[in-house]
Amino acid sequence: MSTTDFETEFETGAAACPGCSMASVAAQHARRQAGDQDETILVSLPTIHCAACINTVEQGLLALPHVKDARVNLTRKRATVHADPGTDPADIVADVERLGYEAHLLDSATLSGDAADRAGRDLLMRLAVAGFASMNVMLLSVAVWSGAEGATRDLFHWISAAIVMPAVAFSALPFFRNAWTALRAGHLNMDVPISLAILLALVTSLWETSLSGEHAYFDAAIALTFFLLTGRYLDHRTRSVARSAARELAALEVPKAWRVGADGDEKVDVATLSVGDMIRVHPGARMPVDGEITDGTSELDRSLLTGETVPVYAEPGRAVSAGEVNLTGPLVIRATAVGRDTSLHRMADLVAIAESGRSRYTSLADKAAKLYAPGVHILSALAFVGWLLYSGDLRVALNIAAAVLIITCPCALGLAVPAVTTAASGRLFRHGLLIKNATALERLAQVDTVMFDKTGTLTAGTPVLTNLEAIPPRDLQIALALAEGSAHPLSKALTQAARDAGVAPADISGITEVPGHGTEGVWQGQKVQLGRAAWVGAEPSDQTAAWLRIGDGAPQSFLFTDRLRDGAAETVAALKESGLRVILMSGDSPKAVQSLAETLGIDDWTAEALPADKADRINALSDQGAKVLMVGDGLNDTAALTAAHASISPASALDAARVASDIVLLGSSLSPLPEAIRTAGRSVRRIRENFTIATWYNIIAVPLAVAGLCSPLIAALAMSASSITVSLNALRVR
Amino acid sequence: MEVLSFLIPISLTLGIVGLIAFVWTVRSNQYDDPEGDARRILSDTYDDHPAEDEPPAR
Repeated sequence: MSTTDFETEFETGAAACPGCSMASVAAQHARRQAGDQDETILVSLPTIHCAACINTVEQGLLALPHVKDARVNLTRKRATVHADPGTDPADIVADVERLGYEAHLLDSATLSGDAADRAGRDLLMRLAVAGFASMNVMLLSVAVWSGAEGATRDLFHWISAAIVMPAVAFSALPFFRNAWTALRAGHLNMDVPISLAILLALVTSLWETSLSGEHAYFDAAIALTFFLLTGRYLDHRTRSVARSAARELAALEVPKAWRVGADGDEKVDVATLSVGDMIRVHPGARMPVDGEITDGTSELDRSLLTGETVPVYAEPGRAVSAGEVNLTGPLVIRATAVGRDTSLHRMADLVAIAESGRSRYTSLADKAAKLYAPGVHILSALAFVGWLLYSGDLRVALNIAAAVLIITCPCALGLAVPAVTTAASGRLFRHGLLIKNATALERLAQVDTVMFDKTGTLTAGTPVLTNLEAIPPRDLQIALALAEGSAHPLSKALTQAARDAGVAPADISGITEVPGHGTEGVWQGQKVQLGRAAWVGAEPSDQTAAWLRIGDGAPQSFLFTDRLRDGAAETVAALKESGLRVILMSGDSPKAVQSLAETLGIDDWTAEALPADKADRINALSDQGAKVLMVGDGLNDTAALTAAHASISPASALDAARVASDIVLLGSSLSPLPEAIRTAGRSVRRIRENFTIATWYNIIAVPLAVAGLCSPLIAALAMSASSITVSLNALRVR
Repeated sequence: MEVLSFLIPISLTLGIVGLIAFVWTVRSNQYDDPEGDARRILSDTYDDHPAEDEPPAR
């Protein structure tokens, strides 16, 4: 047996037997101790969904020699990889993609502190304590309700008090704190009636118990705390999931650049660059800063900034902006503006002045709270005063005021919104949509107009050849041979199309790429060129095209169009079918926009729109009373995304665009969009139903409480029943 | 009614045991990947690279 065989067998043996794997755990532990310099790489895996996916990714990564440890977290759709020092994170991403899963690199520095969600854990502990206490107290209360009397009843009340007092002091602290902050600032919020109800219930119950009274509300006080904390926790969790995912998206862009130094290039953080630095930008990379080209020629893709799809020629002396993508040849640029001063960030100023559609919106919960909080106080104060005047007994009056407060307390109201939003965001997340803003669902439900950007939103940003049939086979063979020698997106598209059509490349010698112009070679003694119009001597057109010239013959054009994004046609059709108005606004040339609009059946389209034009159009529509949903990905869309009533951007969008939007589309298909609008509509209906349910419970129980007929048993029943109905109703959204 | 002097302490103790167990699961990060854990149990391969325990943030 050779050494390799032995090793393989040893490996499989170790994996197969659980006992042996203790060794592996120990080894892993040792590695963790020793390998602090190990590269920790976080990879986002938006498409993984099952046990088999976990296995494929983990086993696939562990099989690589430089990977020490790989762990997939299915909930966060993320993998943590520990690899040898010096491993290029981009390699790991490529490896995962080879396994058949979409993968994006995450910046681990941006994500640090993400694991320990302290506020959430804190709420969960309080919730657990409240749950424990309320279960035990309920048990004792059942005995009292079913007829315990005299010393037994007093004993049970005292034990309840002993459990509830410390439990409330710990669990209800967040409410007390919020109420105190609100009162000090001189206004009312939902937490004021909550705190008042809990405290008043405890005080009257203690008083009653000390007088051997019949009614004590200890169970109500702790149950109230428990239900409200549940709502609070759900709310917090939905927000923190959105927050951590938003942070994850921010971490998607790993800001690194190659600075040209005296002793070769070094890889540095973009944040450390300063004006005057020389930076090398490789083909395929994005400009990290604004600057001027000092060396090299290439082509630039500016679609994310302006929406135009035709690449721009780049030569020394030309100014470039951060965010443009270098296509063919390496460029060296001298930085003229870095960080906050770049044009990328100046665009943010445009966003700042655009009045946000978000800030104009008052959420349903806020509207309810505004009506509710004063109403509750007035009602219980009236009951107190009324009974005090009628019976002249402070004890009776206080008891009734406490009962009114407990009954009216927004238990179901506190659950009505968070339970629905949690269920709906969970559902949308499974469909690949991430809700970033708390009120985004409610706003999305009101949308009646959808405005799309073209490049990168309705289209995938990758070109496809359109006039394959019109090209003579001989030209196609030559073009294929030339295109195979280049990594330019158009060349790749040409190669793909020609290969699919079964074309064999012609025999061409001396193929060289001329960065910024094209590829040339020699075919049967003649010079052949494939590249930009100006280079081969053709008439430039406003459509994306490459030109082939053989010897001195007339140039042959290869026309390209941007490939439609997956699900774009179905989405537009579905949106129109559900009665929404669809608008297309793009910064691209009229011809390109028109052809796309015709393909998708959009009648209302605008080409060559400037960023401000898009935002103006949205504001004009809003003034007419329309609720606009903006779907866009580029920097030229950010102002429009902010101004719109609701906004969605794909995960491939620039960071600035994602920050400006409420909802992020995680997958590469647009198809979850109509479903998202439907789900939003449904969840808002559920929220309204929940409010109605809660109100009906109050309408029935409040008169009983005011009349002094409400026993602790009725209070407990009303409270639990309404909370449970509301939660069950919310679950129907899933 | 003397039985109460056993029953109440016993029920409280059991409740506290449950509470402590829950607090422990939270502190030892057992809710980090509920979906993944639910699926992993169905997988045939032995999970020999368990998630690393991070010390709870205090």
